[in-house]
Amino acid sequence: MSSPIIELKHVYRSFKSGRQIVPVLQDINISVNPLEFLCLVGESGCGKTTTGKIICDLLPPSAGMVNFEGAEIASLRGEDYRRFRRRVQIIHQDPYASLNPTQTISEMLSYPLLRHKLAPNRRGVLQRVRELLDLVDLTPVEDFIDKYPHQLSGGQRQRVSIARALTTEPSVIVADEAVSMVDVSIRIGLLQMMMDLRDRLGVTIVFITHDLALAKYFAWDGRIGVMYLGRLVEIGHTQAIIRDPQHPYTKVLLSAIPEPDPEKTRSKQHIQLRSEDIPRLTELPRGCSFHPRCPWYVDDVCDRETPELAIPLNSASDVEVACLPLQQGRELQLHDA
Amino acid sequence: MSQILPPDVVLKVDDLSIVYRTDRGDVKATVDVSFELKSGEAMALIGESGSGKTTISLALIRKLPKNAVVTSGEIFYQRNDSVQDVLKLSNRQLREFRWNECAMVFQGAQNAFNPVLKIRKQFEDTAQSHGWTDKAAIRERALSLLQLVRLDPERVYEAYPHELSGGMKQRILLALSVLLSPQVVILDEPTTALDILTQRAIIDVLNDMQRQLNFSIIFISHDLSLAAEMADHVATVYAGQIVELGGVNDIFYHSLHPYTQGLLTSVPTLEHTQDLLQSIPGSPPNLIAPPDGCKFHPRCAFADDACKKDSPPLTVDVGAHLAACWHKDRLIESRKASV
Repeated sequence: MSSPIIELKHVYRSFKSGRQIVPVLQDINISVNPLEFLCLVGESGCGKTTTGKIICDLLPPSAGMVNFEGAEIASLRGEDYRRFRRRVQIIHQDPYASLNPTQTISEMLSYPLLRHKLAPNRRGVLQRVRELLDLVDLTPVEDFIDKYPHQLSGGQRQRVSIARALTTEPSVIVADEAVSMVDVSIRIGLLQMMMDLRDRLGVTIVFITHDLALAKYFAWDGRIGVMYLGRLVEIGHTQAIIRDPQHPYTKVLLSAIPEPDPEKTRSKQHIQLRSEDIPRLTELPRGCSFHPRCPWYVDDVCDRETPELAIPLNSASDVEVACLPLQQGRELQLHDA
Repeated sequence: MSQILPPDVVLKVDDLSIVYRTDRGDVKATVDVSFELKSGEAMALIGESGSGKTTISLALIRKLPKNAVVTSGEIFYQRNDSVQDVLKLSNRQLREFRWNECAMVFQGAQNAFNPVLKIRKQFEDTAQSHGWTDKAAIRERALSLLQLVRLDPERVYEAYPHELSGGMKQRILLALSVLLSPQVVILDEPTTALDILTQRAIIDVLNDMQRQLNFSIIFISHDLSLAAEMADHVATVYAGQIVELGGVNDIFYHSLHPYTQGLLTSVPTLEHTQDLLQSIPGSPPNLIAPPDGCKFHPRCAFADDACKKDSPPLTVDVGAHLAACWHKDRLIESRKASV
């Protein structure tokens, strides 16, 4: 077992909103192993994007520790920090907003190469830009190299974003909803290309999405972490979670998703929540933050203590869940009214 | 009107073509589109962004942008055995038609409410501009509909939009859309931008509403799963044309057009096995200068010289399942071979 490339230890993050403090992340613990496919899933406001930004040090944590290759990012200085910056990159969600409209593709990809002195001279830079475009299948390269973002389609722009993330030869890429804004028919092509990059370039990809089916496809041999209101509630091997979700929130999510198969989707059992209201982050309920909505809520247990991630008692798999009744080895029973 | 429609047809679109006049040329956004919508039925228009789905639906309520021109076609609407051509309605008739007969919930509709008016006022305005005067009657109708969409009617009716979540606003809009008992409700991407659990709530609410009020739905979506779950009929739209039209099972289990097939093989599922997925190569065509022949041929694995020359007609093979492709046989064979 190799040591993790990224490690988050008891990470908290809050934002100020007026006079209020909004706790966006609470006690996040994640280890990302080199070359593993890790997917963070959850609904909007669950903190998945904030987690991604913290991994890239685009946001510092309010408390806790983030390590890259065993060294705490906050303690890195000078060349060590620049190296971290080169080695960890992010791909943003919106290819229409994340590319500078006044720069050509060539300018955009040259800048990081020059900034980090990754090519010996102008010719070397151009050579590298061509290699990168080739790598993301924007070929023939001549057709793209001098274009501006507005001359490209959404899918092509996202390929440019990926090429840009690759300029500094990163070992970790955080892909934040990187294919969500791309048309269905070309989404999988992009995803397959990113999966392929892992094998060809040895890049570890942390994929952030709200789409569980996409997460399943991407991280089939990896892990999924499910987030709810700023906490990880379940994390483990993708196939185990898809086949047999443990945490009530994961169960409800999986049961709610429609599938592209008329007979299957119409015969699917949907688990009803006790309440559809999502609590505000500023007024999180006591105990487990899912308990007011949880169909299997246990009185005097779930509303007392905040559960931490752990492998449930008598569990056959190593999936960790943050659910007290499960951890105590109880059978889940539907809570009546 | 001379047109006679079967009694259960509420809407019939015939050879509709629409272009947008732009500085760069005419954008052929809708080309020879024909379909029928039956009473109580849900029909899905599926396709990618820019395929012309929204243009078709805007034409149905005559809400096209100013630079759009309907170059051919007719849209017939039937209620109580009387048939109207929507494209020939006068402005006064059109005001009656919209919302009374056909309502539309736009994409990203959560932003459709006026932020300084209470929900009550927005229901009253809608009803009053269509001739209702009795506020108590409006209230009664509104509250019963808000109940139907599973909201707390009293609280929501007196609320301002900012006090409500996105999912609640979407449900209120659904209630508002059926306030005047229209026969047809058009939903443009009804669940896009909503969270998974909110999406589920909206789907369930829509199913309830349709069961109780029995209106017809046309919904536009790029989400195949939503179509699989809600639609009775599905039309695949590509480059402004309907390239395949059939019952939901026909489309999902026996598709006859390579584009539909391509969409289906590019969507991941929650199955317990890994999916064999494949993107469609290339990207959608420029609608100012679309390719000759079948517009899908540059991206199609089955394309040959015939496809480059002539555009295939939308024809029936079995039952009421239509597809516009020269090579349906080869598609069916290739599917058999891959199983």
